[in-house]
Amino acid sequence: MDFGPYLFLALLEGMVTAFVLALTALGLSLVFGVLRIVNIAHGEFFMLGAVLAWWSVSLVGDLPLVGFILALLIGPLIVGGIAIATDWLILRRINYNPESTIVATIGLLYIIQQAVLTLYGPDARPVPAPIYFRIDFPWFGYSGYKLIVAGMSGLLILASWIALSRSKLGLYMRATQLNEEMAQAFGVPVRRIYALVFAVGAMFAAVAGVLVVPIRQADYLMGLEPLLLSFIVVIIGGLGNLKGTLVAAFLIGLTDGIISVMISPTLAKILATLLVALVLAVRPGGLFGEQEA
Amino acid sequence: MTHNATTKVLVLHLAIIVALFLAQFVLGPYHHTNVARIMVFGAFAVGYNVLLGYTGLMSLGHAMFFATGLYGAGLTVYYFGFGAIEAFAVGVAATFVVAAIFGLIVVRTAGVSFLIVSLMFAQAAFLTTLYFNRITRGDEGFVISSQLRPLEIAGASFPFSDPSMKYNVAWLVFAVSFIASVALVRSPIGRIWIAIRENEARTRMLGYNTYKYKFLALVISATIAGAAGATYALLFSYVGSTFASIQYSIFPLLWTLVGGVGTIIGPLLGTGLMFYLIDIASGLTESHLFVVGAVLVVLILWLPKGIMGGIRDRWLPWLP
Repeated sequence: MDFGPYLFLALLEGMVTAFVLALTALGLSLVFGVLRIVNIAHGEFFMLGAVLAWWSVSLVGDLPLVGFILALLIGPLIVGGIAIATDWLILRRINYNPESTIVATIGLLYIIQQAVLTLYGPDARPVPAPIYFRIDFPWFGYSGYKLIVAGMSGLLILASWIALSRSKLGLYMRATQLNEEMAQAFGVPVRRIYALVFAVGAMFAAVAGVLVVPIRQADYLMGLEPLLLSFIVVIIGGLGNLKGTLVAAFLIGLTDGIISVMISPTLAKILATLLVALVLAVRPGGLFGEQEA
Repeated sequence: MTHNATTKVLVLHLAIIVALFLAQFVLGPYHHTNVARIMVFGAFAVGYNVLLGYTGLMSLGHAMFFATGLYGAGLTVYYFGFGAIEAFAVGVAATFVVAAIFGLIVVRTAGVSFLIVSLMFAQAAFLTTLYFNRITRGDEGFVISSQLRPLEIAGASFPFSDPSMKYNVAWLVFAVSFIASVALVRSPIGRIWIAIRENEARTRMLGYNTYKYKFLALVISATIAGAAGATYALLFSYVGSTFASIQYSIFPLLWTLVGGVGTIIGPLLGTGLMFYLIDIASGLTESHLFVVGAVLVVLILWLPKGIMGGIRDRWLPWLP
């Protein structure tokens, strides 16, 4: 293949990565923005989404599309339930202390991984794409499902953006983010907003996991990569800054896609990390973050 | 701190070092090897605690430093036939350089950013060990026992395959790290670290360059981790990328939390307890990951100060 079409393929791959990454990182960033905590188990919620999608599709059997739509519903619901339980059983009790939360969510990461390893096994299992069609470009054919993934991620991001900026709940969330005590004084149920935001953040990751599973397989260790990429994105975008998160997701997603296709996926991850180092050396608060110190 | 307390601290910590030395004469072969391993990992945890417990910086990237020491020593023995002492020196020096570069980049980030960035750098280091798998053999790793020459001291030869050699080298490395960290945290530098942990803004207001002291804590902590890594390669002769994975960044955090953050004895106690807990758990079930996860959650909910932290609060307020 010539360089031009090859670059086009790399851009397409990068775009799909970027949309999924934006969805995952948005969950992490939302949780950080409102609760001021980092959820190390965020990638495990992504992995749970993928594994639940496999389970749901194999449950329905003959109708992959029905199984997949079911997965899009129950995956996030179950993960959201786990997140609410986590909030209630652990996070609330340690008063959302940032460092304690990190330790607790590392614990949760291991517990979820072990549960999946025991119930689902160590193998990576494929899930058939619910819709299969090829888009024929003059130089190569491309999986139409991948474009659907990008489109659906985009729609979800747009929908959550509207919800956050227009709905009453979104107003509550933004008020809590801005000033927790003041919000409480104005009658915002801050504790419930915390639980809700934590659950919604987890559900974002779960949806991304469900969407991605037909492109790659589901295995119990798949959570680490989206976690680290999301970290890179939120660091570059500025912790808790949603616009920055989106911009950074595209920056990282496209770079990652291009280098992965052109050179090597491992090298892409190494370079992305070094890019972050560079950004931090110049701007400790991220590219779009508020500057401390 | 009264004179009396200083004596107590000295006696207690020396007694632990002496007890660990004497333990080799009473332990059976199985526990003998285990304790040697615990002392190497204990040194790793002691180094980690300098950063977390005394300076208040939580790192999730210490695997990078442990692995730098491990590969620094392992690769030079494997490819260039270095002797143990030269290889150890290379491992420690390499870690020092990596930590200094890392420190210059990240020392201005604090709290959660520091943690995330350390995690990412460690992941980049881990991927690097996989990327150059023609040299490092990646996941599979390599064994250096046939390349490593016995240590020659005054005409006598000490092979590293000898269990008592393993034990005593591990003991020596542990003892040096342990005593160095007691001395450091009780020195003026240590006081400033603690001041930074308690209130960085105020420490800066008092005229201290907090970045300088945080950088120092990071480099010392990392170098101890690197020394532990180099020792691990020499004594247990296996070098592989597992030791650079995120799990080995979480372990020192776990060990330190179990034993007690900001206590000198805690990390050793935590390492020993978790080592045997995982050992027993893997005998009973396949799910030792679950044990690690559950211990972390239980600790943070009910015993946030760890075992030694609890003891200090209740009975021994003079513990450093």
